[in-house]
Amino acid sequence: MAVSTADELSEPLRWPADGVTRIPYRLYSDPEIYALEQQRIFRGPVWNFLCLEIDIPKAGDYKTSTVGEIPVIAARDENGDVHAMVNRCAHKGALVCLKEKGNAKLLTCIYHSWSFDLQGRLKGVAFRNGLQGKGGLPKDFDASQHSLEPLRVEVFCGLVFGTFSDATPTVEAYLGKPMAEFMTRNLSRPLKPLGMHSQIIHNNWKLYAENVRDSYHATLLHTFYTTFKINRLDMDGGIVLAEDKWHHISYAKRATFDEAPEYKRDQIHAANYDSKLAGPHLLDSWNEFDDGITHSIQAIFPNLAIQFTLNSLAVRFFVPRGIDKTELFWFYVGYEADNDEQTRMRVMQGNLTGASGLVSLEDGCINEFVQRGTRGSPDGMGLAEMGGREVESSAASRATEAAIRGFWTGYRKIMDFA
Amino acid sequence: MRGDRDVRTEIEDFITAYAHAIDDGALDGWPDYFTPEGIYQIITRETFEAGLPLGIMLCEGRGMMADRVQALRTANIYEAHSYCHLLGRSQISAQATDHYQARTNFNVIRTMQDGGSEMFAVGKYLDVIRVQDGRPLFQERRVILESRRVDILLVYPL
Ligand code: FES
Ligand SMILES: [Fe+2]
Repeated sequence: MAVSTADELSEPLRWPADGVTRIPYRLYSDPEIYALEQQRIFRGPVWNFLCLEIDIPKAGDYKTSTVGEIPVIAARDENGDVHAMVNRCAHKGALVCLKEKGNAKLLTCIYHSWSFDLQGRLKGVAFRNGLQGKGGLPKDFDASQHSLEPLRVEVFCGLVFGTFSDATPTVEAYLGKPMAEFMTRNLSRPLKPLGMHSQIIHNNWKLYAENVRDSYHATLLHTFYTTFKINRLDMDGGIVLAEDKWHHISYAKRATFDEAPEYKRDQIHAANYDSKLAGPHLLDSWNEFDDGITHSIQAIFPNLAIQFTLNSLAVRFFVPRGIDKTELFWFYVGYEADNDEQTRMRVMQGNLTGASGLVSLEDGCINEFVQRGTRGSPDGMGLAEMGGREVESSAASRATEAAIRGFWTGYRKIMDFA
Repeated sequence: MRGDRDVRTEIEDFITAYAHAIDDGALDGWPDYFTPEGIYQIITRETFEAGLPLGIMLCEGRGMMADRVQALRTANIYEAHSYCHLLGRSQISAQATDHYQARTNFNVIRTMQDGGSEMFAVGKYLDVIRVQDGRPLFQERRVILESRRVDILLVYPL
């Protein structure tokens, strides 16, 4: 099937009458829909995660990334301001920055040496006046009309976001109050990087967007805790949806009886986790917050999630690399104020998630199993009725697919799929 | 006194046996290639060279390794696959009596149940080896992956 460049599908998508409790399989496999998402979502009124602020701490630092499939650059200028632009030369369209990370005064395209400042403004054209009076650009060439295509940028809680749309509200308004507050809880202190890796998962990016919102599967697919009889002392938590349903938080809390005085802040409570582990120091951890939440995952539309698993804090960023291929980045961080012992515990708990995550490595293949299972059945549809048909927060239980219905509510709206 | 050649052969045999044991799925004996407090880590080259501590897999002590093995046998879910390690010649240097460092390049080819065999991991082992009672053991084995990117998931040790 040819990828349509028109802003419409050759065969319109009609959402099933049961609304977001039904998910057409075609959404995972139709290249026209994939192309349309690039326009309507990634170039649309959303905040796209670009990088961590600590990736570009100094003037002249830049980092490349992608917004959907579009290559982008985030850079910090001489005044400390962060800018973002498409990594596509204003001359013939070559990549301007080749390295993933770097530091420069000017960003120079290697093809014909055009150079741009850290805001993306064209500053230099090789042989602009020609050689020995011959050649060169026309006299009326206006460099100010040939900047790198800019994105609007906002830094929130140490995360650099970019948007192509003038219609996107501030990041805080985009997130809504509960989401912004929880992100502030987790990320508003100075961060330090601990390590990074990525995974190629062989599925459409939206399957991972559903998976991080799927609080129903957590104890069913992921059986590490139960296998090792890890007495988590955690009661079931709940989920919170953003007002517009695009984002969510899923959390588990320690049981109230565990909030006795002896388990105060900063006290390590590995001993609380009775288990059959031969190496129980895997779970050495401490209470970082007073709200009792020990596990949380927060998904931000379209393709960002923040995990806080015990003390393991990571930014997960999943980038579409084709209709059935997604790159999932794991940026593990700690706080600058962490002491060595705290860093050691965060590093050890890195074992719980990621490509080799004891608790959740299944997510590397489970979405592929859906991709493969739904192959050849574009007219079929998935079901999401667990926890009811509403798209509302659930304080009582995480055995719900409300956040998945939330994702599709937001998706339908932005994609204009009636 | 044993000559350098004997030690080299011993260490090379040890490193080879480790790889073959994993290829054969003989993972129960995997922790026994390490000293009781031995460290095993898989980390990307990018993270390692940046001096950052958090990689992809980390075990401190045989107990944690045994937990890994039990988890991948009974808790974790993934599609069946096997490894085939190809090792380069080891560079070995003596640090002190019965204490050696070794560096060995590896390729791991992964075969999935659909029959496809593909390059899964490329990198180097950076080992600290202790010879105890005439038997080499890893006090530390760092697996430095050339690529930051893992295909699907990484469940068996490398
Ligand atoms: S394409 Fe960049 S200078 Fe020509
Ligand atoms: Fe999961």
